[in-house]
Amino acid sequence: MTARVGVVTFPGSLDDGDAARAVRIAGAEPVRLWHADPALHGVDAVVLPGGFSYGDYLRCGAIARFAPVMETIVDAARGGLPVLGICNGFQILCEAHLLPGALTRNQHLHFRNRDQFLRIETAATAWTNGFQPGQEVLIPVKNGEGCYVADTATLDRLEAEGRVVARYIGGNPNGSQRDIAAVTNEAGNVVGIMPHPEHAVEELTGPSLDGLGFFTSVLKHLVGAPA
Amino acid sequence: MTTHPDPVRETPEAYPATPGPAAVVPPAAPAQPVAPATDEWAHGVDTVPRAAGTPGELQPYAELGLRDDEYDRIRQILGRRPTQAELAMYSIMWSEHCSYKSSKVHLRQFGEKAPPSDRLLAGIGENAGVVRVSDRLAVTFKVESHNHPSFVEPYQGAATGVGGIVRDILAMGARPVAVMDPLRFGAADHPDTARVLPGVVAGIGGYGNCLGLPNIGGEVVFDPCYQGNPLVNALCLGVLPVDRLQKKEAAGPGNVVVLMGAKTGRDGIGGVSVLASATFDEGSEQRRPSVQVGDPFTEKLLIEACLELYDAELVVGIQDLGGAGLTCALTETAAAAGTGMRVWLERVPLREPSMEPHEILASESQERMLLVVAPDKLDAVLKTAEKWGVLATAIGEVTAPSPDGQPGRLVVTWRDHLVVDVPPGSLVDDGPVYARPMREPADLILLQADRAETLPRPADPEALRETVLRMIASPNLADKTWVTEQYDRYVLGNTVLAQPEDSGVIRIDERTGLGVALSVDGNGRYARLDPYHGTKLALAEAYRNVAVTGATPIAVTNCLNFGSPEDPAVMWQFAEAVRGLADGCAELGIPVTGGNVSFYNQTGAAAIHPTPVVGVLGVLENVADRVPMGFVPRANGDHDQIYLLGETHVELSGSEWAWVTHEHLGGIPPQVDLAREKALADLLAAAARVGHLSSAHDLSDGGLAQSLVESCLRRGVGARIAVPERFAGGSMPFVYLFSESAGRVLVSVPRGHEKAFAALCAEHGVPHELIGVTDTAGGALEVHGQFRIGLDELRAAHTATLPRLFGGAELVEVPAPASGVAGAVEAVPLPTDGDPRPVDPAEVVSEPIASSGPTPVTGAAEPVDTPAEQPTDVPAESGEAASPGGVIATPPVETAEEQASGPDTAPDGTTGSGDSGQPSAPDER
Repeated sequence: MTARVGVVTFPGSLDDGDAARAVRIAGAEPVRLWHADPALHGVDAVVLPGGFSYGDYLRCGAIARFAPVMETIVDAARGGLPVLGICNGFQILCEAHLLPGALTRNQHLHFRNRDQFLRIETAATAWTNGFQPGQEVLIPVKNGEGCYVADTATLDRLEAEGRVVARYIGGNPNGSQRDIAAVTNEAGNVVGIMPHPEHAVEELTGPSLDGLGFFTSVLKHLVGAPA
Repeated sequence: MTTHPDPVRETPEAYPATPGPAAVVPPAAPAQPVAPATDEWAHGVDTVPRAAGTPGELQPYAELGLRDDEYDRIRQILGRRPTQAELAMYSIMWSEHCSYKSSKVHLRQFGEKAPPSDRLLAGIGENAGVVRVSDRLAVTFKVESHNHPSFVEPYQGAATGVGGIVRDILAMGARPVAVMDPLRFGAADHPDTARVLPGVVAGIGGYGNCLGLPNIGGEVVFDPCYQGNPLVNALCLGVLPVDRLQKKEAAGPGNVVVLMGAKTGRDGIGGVSVLASATFDEGSEQRRPSVQVGDPFTEKLLIEACLELYDAELVVGIQDLGGAGLTCALTETAAAAGTGMRVWLERVPLREPSMEPHEILASESQERMLLVVAPDKLDAVLKTAEKWGVLATAIGEVTAPSPDGQPGRLVVTWRDHLVVDVPPGSLVDDGPVYARPMREPADLILLQADRAETLPRPADPEALRETVLRMIASPNLADKTWVTEQYDRYVLGNTVLAQPEDSGVIRIDERTGLGVALSVDGNGRYARLDPYHGTKLALAEAYRNVAVTGATPIAVTNCLNFGSPEDPAVMWQFAEAVRGLADGCAELGIPVTGGNVSFYNQTGAAAIHPTPVVGVLGVLENVADRVPMGFVPRANGDHDQIYLLGETHVELSGSEWAWVTHEHLGGIPPQVDLAREKALADLLAAAARVGHLSSAHDLSDGGLAQSLVESCLRRGVGARIAVPERFAGGSMPFVYLFSESAGRVLVSVPRGHEKAFAALCAEHGVPHELIGVTDTAGGALEVHGQFRIGLDELRAAHTATLPRLFGGAELVEVPAPASGVAGAVEAVPLPTDGDPRPVDPAEVVSEPIASSGPTPVTGAAEPVDTPAEQPTDVPAESGEAASPGGVIATPPVETAEEQASGPDTAPDGTTGSGDSGQPSAPDER
């Protein structure tokens, strides 16, 4: 049976169509979820896509986190639903306290779009189990507020618990502490990542196919862990 | 004065719309002036009755940019003096920006000379031209200027430039899918450029990124002539199903007029008249309030709401609000249908409740659309707007033409005061038209006589090597990554090629692979030297840039940036440019589908170089066939063969080299031969389809040297080149590398395809010459007998310039140093075949050689050099040290945007030589 992966559209979501395409290419059925509708329509996993929800005129993700659909998602995530937050989605997950830390303005103060090498630090999450730890991947990064920050104790704990999911290598594009590009929660079902795996799923339009691994990983996870 | 025949008194409903009010609106009395019986002087509002009763009252028409005779004409049309609101409306609609009063007589040629096309679904005069690209799909594209606002307030000026062109595209029924920005600034090292450029770039990025539109190309050009008048042009591309084409006609009396989107504020009042239709002088900063302020989030919602309305077939007509705001939208939609309109101005949602009628009508607040909706669809429209969280308010209704067949009138009341009663057509179509005096600039003859071909040139290998490094680091030719990485080029997931490629390529149908290629180019120096041929050169370059991707060019848009039309010399330049573009399009067989004129790019007496920017759109049946610009890495010592297509003449006048090295501008620009450009384009399309091309890159500013360097650096693949025999000796190798002859393309052909490729060239009559081979392992660009420069050294020179000028040696940068280049090399198997043999000049015969094989190429943004991995993260700062030469890291993939300025074409006027297509070299001057 085909897994159903929800992709949420908030007002101002931009990469929702791309996330849905990536889900489809990975072999699952994308299900579009609407910010104002709290129902998850029976999806097996959820992607919070990139964009500028509500214009991000306030802190990024600060308003989206109060959307009706988010209340349901937060509950479900605590119950083990795999959730991937990409870029603005990562920011929303931090605002919703599903992930620690925060994303702040890039250190150099510019929006930056480039193809970025990452090292996958752990395969022990719902979204990275298809990678080898230490594997290097090439994924586009594009953000203005992608600088990951947290207090030292939190960072140390993330490192100690193996919850740093990916790090920037070959250059840190935004000043993130400890080059952190992605983190996960304690259970490993919720992952926030600043770069955009959904833009690296087709040879024609991406710098690599490395992004696909995130979407196929969750399918593997779902097979292994029936609800 | 008459009394309003109906007693309706709408409450100033300035809030989203309950359908109620509008639905209740009784049919207005069309041609009857409508006025409240009493208190027409109340609150100081200048009403129609008051205007009729006070004919002698002085009005500030001159301050609003109207001439005496224009003002008299308005009085004649109305049979009385205009009210304050009417005067504001005429002044903006009859401004140069809106009325095209100086350019109209010339622009007609675009229609008159246009080749017949069955693809054109909407052409000049619409918000944007619409071109059919398949049975099911059409695309629309247009480029516009936002020059004046961007100088006064760079961030908002540039941002709203993007917003404005996007709404034009949206109004045609299309989903906007990409943007491009041709930009021109003053001297790169001028302090004011450091104010304007970062603001403009951040504004474009801030708006476009937030809107979710990939930015796929453009230009960044520096020249002192733009110091006080930077050019910020913005292009948008949209896609629509053929049957979703929207109209702007306010048809159907009784239909409801709905204003959707942002509230109306005091920003941008006088944008088109005060700002865009006058030259800058002292105190231009005072005009900052005339610049609009953008809200991309609202625009994003507006896009989604409009598309949903189109798909549900809920609108009769639609028009965006841009320059001239509500005035323009109301009058254009009514005039187009010949209907009238009754508008209750107090219903317009305001940001600032104290706004007066003339301000509401003139405001250029962004993110607004005007819809014409059948009464029974109004509910559904308002619901859709609510779903997307945008305001929608019924503000009026369409009224019938008068019984005698005359068009209806636009009647506007404000709190029961009749403030406007005009024939809409008088604002839209009856504006003044001027055949302004024209005179060739007095200095042109002397300028053309001062040819760059006589300048001292590098004549030995050491000097040539130094020239290459200096040229690729010069601001116009340097890597533009600093700019382009502030733009999102990935969003929407259909970007197949983006800057620094020659064209942006967008997939528009995932099922079939159908796509379009777009390029915008211009060269103010060429146009200054010869506006007629300079414009053809811009067209040729954009056309060629589209062709090198393998696409077939089908349509043209333009943005004509000039000084003051009141200067006969400028007007002559303009007329020549229009004639050149119209003739050029006729020769190429592709129509101009729309465009924009920007006059008054002038500060005091100093006008910019005439700068026609030309956009060409092409079609790719399958984007998988697209050809990128970079040489392709080959394993096991394999290599591709490098050919130069076209002819090289001694053409240095107007060149980047003459400017960078000698600060020289003079002579006549390169010769342009559009028949040859067409043959070249046909060849490239045919070769791309059968996979003969690994890469293709056009030659333009900076000549062959620039193209070679860019093709090498794109994916970190070296090349070995031999200068043909006839260019040997003295300064001729320099000429070969830096001449800007038009009609040339650098291609690489995979082994096995050489013969077939050469045969194809011969068949198309395109001169072709084997000049070298790619060299994946070599890590250098080598020109036999002249110089060898490592890719790392080239990259360092090419990429350091903009970060040095505009900051950005950011702490976090970790250069891809040790790794950058090395990484690339590693990524590709090192060939071993010794291959040290320099290209044998002997086999590089003077005429084309041929042969060849296919090779599809790869993707848009292929990882170029892989920055080597650093085992652990490198602390931010340390990165810099690592970089060789302190260069900023080069991003793996993308590089900059379109090479500096882009244009590469060049032709015309050359000298020349050889007949067989190969110049004989002597330098004739």
